[in-house]
Amino acid sequence: MIPFAYQRAGSVAEAIAVAARPQSKYLGGGTNLVDLMRETIEAPAHLVDVTGLSTAIEDTDNGGLMVGAGVRNTALAEHPAVRSRFPLLSRAILAGASGQIRNMATVGGNLLQRTRCAYFYDDAARCNKRAPGAGCDAVGGFNRIHAILGASPACVATHPSDMCVALAALDVTVHLDGPDGGRTVPFGDFHLLPGDSPDVETVLRPGELITAVEIAAQPLAARSTYRKVRDRASYAFALVSVAAAIEVDGGTVRDVRIALGGVAHKPWRAHAAEAALIGQPARSDSFRHAAEAELAAAAPLSGNGFKVELAARAITAVLDDLVEERA
Amino acid sequence: MSIRDHARTAKQAMQAATQAAMTKAIQLAPDSWMPGGRPDPLIFHKHGHVGQPVSRIDGPLKVSGAAPFAAEIPLEGMAYAALLFSTIPKGRIASMDVSDALLAPGVSLVMTHRNAPRMATMPLFLTGAKAAGGDDLPIMQDDRIHWNGQPVALVLADTQEQADHATSLIRVTYQAEEAVTSFAAAKDNGTVPGLFMNQPLQSRNGDADAALAEAAHKVDAVYRTPRHNHNPIELHAATVMWQGDRLRVHDASQAVAHTAWSLAQVFGIDEDQVHVTSPFVGGGFGSKTLWQHQVLAAAASKLAGRPVRIMLSREGVHRMVGGRTVTEQRVAIGADADGRFQSLIHSGTIAMTRHNMMPEPFILPARSGYASRTMKLDVEVAYVDMIANTFMRAPGEAVGTFALESAIDELAVAMGIDPIELRLRNEPDKDPSTGAPFSARHVEEAYRSGAERFGWSSRGAPGSRKDGEWLIGTGVATATYPYYRMPGGAARITLSKDGAATIDIAAHEMGMGTSTAQTQVAADRLGLAMDQVTFRYGDSSLPGVVLAGGSQQTAAIGASVIAAQRVLVKELLKLAGNDSPLAGLKVEDVGGRDGGLAKLDDPDRFESYASILSRARRDTVVAEASPPPPLEMLHWSMHSHGAMFCEVRVNAVTGEVRVSRFLGSFDCGRILNPKTAASQFRGGIVMGLGLALMEETQFDERSGRIMNPSLAEYHVPVHMDVPDIEVMWTDIPDPHAPMGARGVGEIGITGVGAAVANAVFNATGKRVRDLPITLDKLL
Amino acid sequence: MDLVINGKPVSVDVDPRVSLLDLLRERLDLPGTKKGCNQGACGACTVLVDGERILSCLGLAVQYEGRSVTTVEGLAEDGSLHRLQQAFIDHDGFQCGYCTPGQICSAIGMAAEARRGLPSFVTADLDGDPVPLSGEEVRERMSGNLCRCGAYNGIVAAITETFAEDVR
Repeated sequence: MIPFAYQRAGSVAEAIAVAARPQSKYLGGGTNLVDLMRETIEAPAHLVDVTGLSTAIEDTDNGGLMVGAGVRNTALAEHPAVRSRFPLLSRAILAGASGQIRNMATVGGNLLQRTRCAYFYDDAARCNKRAPGAGCDAVGGFNRIHAILGASPACVATHPSDMCVALAALDVTVHLDGPDGGRTVPFGDFHLLPGDSPDVETVLRPGELITAVEIAAQPLAARSTYRKVRDRASYAFALVSVAAAIEVDGGTVRDVRIALGGVAHKPWRAHAAEAALIGQPARSDSFRHAAEAELAAAAPLSGNGFKVELAARAITAVLDDLVEERA
Repeated sequence: MSIRDHARTAKQAMQAATQAAMTKAIQLAPDSWMPGGRPDPLIFHKHGHVGQPVSRIDGPLKVSGAAPFAAEIPLEGMAYAALLFSTIPKGRIASMDVSDALLAPGVSLVMTHRNAPRMATMPLFLTGAKAAGGDDLPIMQDDRIHWNGQPVALVLADTQEQADHATSLIRVTYQAEEAVTSFAAAKDNGTVPGLFMNQPLQSRNGDADAALAEAAHKVDAVYRTPRHNHNPIELHAATVMWQGDRLRVHDASQAVAHTAWSLAQVFGIDEDQVHVTSPFVGGGFGSKTLWQHQVLAAAASKLAGRPVRIMLSREGVHRMVGGRTVTEQRVAIGADADGRFQSLIHSGTIAMTRHNMMPEPFILPARSGYASRTMKLDVEVAYVDMIANTFMRAPGEAVGTFALESAIDELAVAMGIDPIELRLRNEPDKDPSTGAPFSARHVEEAYRSGAERFGWSSRGAPGSRKDGEWLIGTGVATATYPYYRMPGGAARITLSKDGAATIDIAAHEMGMGTSTAQTQVAADRLGLAMDQVTFRYGDSSLPGVVLAGGSQQTAAIGASVIAAQRVLVKELLKLAGNDSPLAGLKVEDVGGRDGGLAKLDDPDRFESYASILSRARRDTVVAEASPPPPLEMLHWSMHSHGAMFCEVRVNAVTGEVRVSRFLGSFDCGRILNPKTAASQFRGGIVMGLGLALMEETQFDERSGRIMNPSLAEYHVPVHMDVPDIEVMWTDIPDPHAPMGARGVGEIGITGVGAAVANAVFNATGKRVRDLPITLDKLL
Repeated sequence: MDLVINGKPVSVDVDPRVSLLDLLRERLDLPGTKKGCNQGACGACTVLVDGERILSCLGLAVQYEGRSVTTVEGLAEDGSLHRLQQAFIDHDGFQCGYCTPGQICSAIGMAAEARRGLPSFVTADLDGDPVPLSGEEVRERMSGNLCRCGAYNGIVAAITETFAEDVR
């Protein structure tokens, strides 16, 4: 870790002002950033601690929730409104990391988690995310946990968050504040695909701070779930995960939300699958068909071809379960 | 193969031939000449402390965080060390700029090959009586790089944060040379026969190829196991200081005496100038021997003139402490119509470096496991440029039983015979390789009682049981591990006039419960209460060269204490003289009882220790002795066994495997402490579940770099992976082992891989021959 | 900075790079909290901050100004072991003892979470009622604490016995 100055911000305005200094970074729970600083992958000169800011979860006028960026993962998973109105979000958070880490990690920090790609972590390896233009050693190396959707020749890494997969399935807006004022970004636009510049992972501008995520009211989310498939029974990142909600009327799919984790550089909203399902019979074969529609674009690597079939099966099984539960 | 390899192999082959001739002579000698020829009297001692489930005597220290580990000894003026590792597998350091590091705050030393003191290489583990080194490479003596991850610089600073930061400021460039980093390329370069502790890993009995060809039923398959890392939760660490030319090392060690001697060789000083202590070890499993970090810390301390603390990062542990190597094993079994083995072939190749001597001996289980008319066993070595591989819990057996016991299951399936029945039909009546009689072998009993408890008879056909998404199956495999007792043991007993005794021996506690079980044993042997016995260990200045490895420590300590007690009793009888009820008795006639000595068959002839010492006007009597060489290992075939029963649930959607039940039924001789022994068995099984389902050191074959040097990406089982594990045992004493006990530390991991794989087959009809059994192999 | 450790106020001056773990182990002579990975991957460094379990290796000490930290050294009551510590001994819930302080602190925090109704990944019902500590619940909630010796059965037994009123 390189030496740095630490300052705890008393307000969002103060945080933004302090972070205007070059090489500043906001510090949340530290569960990812501190590790990355120890690895010298992140090397900020100024750390602005924002954990004390925006720690509230509030109902919005239209029945949604405004979740402060400083809310701890545990607090969000535990909140009665989340448990009853957005169970997929509770379940996704509880599927991630460990009890201790969930007590530390913040909502804002969770959005900014960086990939677990081994070549990103090892400074002996080539990585375009760590050193733009260096090349990518993951393509010909260990890429079991890597992307099958939306990757580029420059980067095949995946986003490791569980919580974000649930958020991707919902109508969520990310609230930002920064030197040039506040703005909002739809959650689906917040994270970027790698393209030619995998070092740029979000639309955050220099000095911008996530202040809240706003979850819009969406009745279909009350019956929703999250399924995570991983290499050990707990405390492991997802190989594939599925967050889904479905509304069925008279045996026909009226509305459906599907997002995938562990398959792409960003939490992956399965728009193609959703489009293929609306108006179709709520049956296993249509679920499978929809999953295949989403995965038609899959481009697996040497070590992760299994994820295509795994994702198709997981999507089908999750939707089957939701429909069965409802019936 | 180089000339050096040829010379080494030839020398070792000669030693092996001499050893073989000795072995034959020992086998032919009468039982009574052997250690253990007369059973340890403690075997017949039924109502003492031995066999009681005593809680760990160091438990209160451990649960309150008060047990001191190696990195928790603060020394005045201590500096913290950090290491920089090479990023290429082979070549030279072309340039190195340490100027920024030297200027960084708090830094007192940057040590590289340019300024490191001259040091000899480490004596390679098990190549000498006290050799402890993981490799025999020069340590910062030149610019050569031998593996990807080799330490190239060490920084000392006032704090760990400063040392870590300064390390990141060092700039190194390399001149890479062509390296052999892929297993396939290494095999293409040619292989050499493996030698394990000077014995060739090769056995021949008849024409196994011909017998296989003719056999009525046969299986023939290749099994693969990946590299593994021990990953004890305590990071490797040492706190060291020089006092003049004397070196003091607070280490995390399973070999204190070996380490002291080996460090003395490295620094060219006398063995007694090095003092190594290690009262508590946060897990070892074969990894806590001497690696380069202790040497580097001592060298840096010497240069800086300050005490040094080194604690490897988790990445550092993976970079510079070796693990279990990769294996590729063929098992072919030919059987007659009744399932009797006519041919057993177990052969294959492992990866090793030219700087260590550990050709993962996966054929060991096959040597003594089954009666087969013919047999052919081989381990070949392919040389790879990598971190030196080493011993890891049940080296050989852990992965060898995966292949062998999977193949037997495959044969059972092919023949439609129950896999337990098939194994029992091939139970040998003497050691199939050496012809030696078994000291004690109760495999059948272990299977019978285990099968009954587990409910084996309710097993279904492959793929026939389902619960929702989950396919359920059961599997079984034999666990096996030899009895070892290494030479070099010694113990000292100090008996004081208040009737209390102190046992001193340079043994180790890394979770096995050593001090607890040995206090029980010593109390019974001496006829004392447990609180009258103090067991001191973990200190190289104490008697004995006792490795905590090979599951041999219990036997080594047991035999040493027996020897010391014999000397003690002799001295006490002399002191007791003619006025004692013990007058005229010989050492063999008496034993410890009720705080004194009594005639074994006439307890009324008794005098207390206090009385003997008081009459002789002695405050203490001290006895120290070494046991005879461990010839019992050659005279008898001495092995522990277990029947491992596993139930798995395999998710039909995702391929995820969850172990829902596990039972281990063991035959390990007498169990000294059922509480701590059960934990050893379960602990081995848990590590076996890791081996079966998730553990793999990801070695990038392009660069020779380990890519998952982390506990987040090197998966070991977590709470959720581990069901309630039932363990049971025959408790039949081995008449030729001290206390009747064979070791219990390693057998638990053996057989587990196959039991899981066989259960997965029973659940799904899919045979997985590559570990770990990850879900992608079952989709 | 000021903080409270095991009930005692402590005033220290620290480099912001120092983790809460290293503050305890290297500056305050409290090595009972263990370093097993320094990566947030093993749980050996678990301590309680204002009663909540966290990983002290991932926290910068400066972030804990004004907070109350409890380590394994602070669990004993009136000089005798906390009943969970005793249960670990009784059930042989450890071998080498290195992960043990983290397991014990984690379990104390975990039991409080379940009692106040925090669900886990294996909790069927998200209703927020106190969650009975079944074996499966304990195993899932304790999965952030690795034990390489494999003493998991004993650990679960010790926790289950100690928090029996939460088991029901």
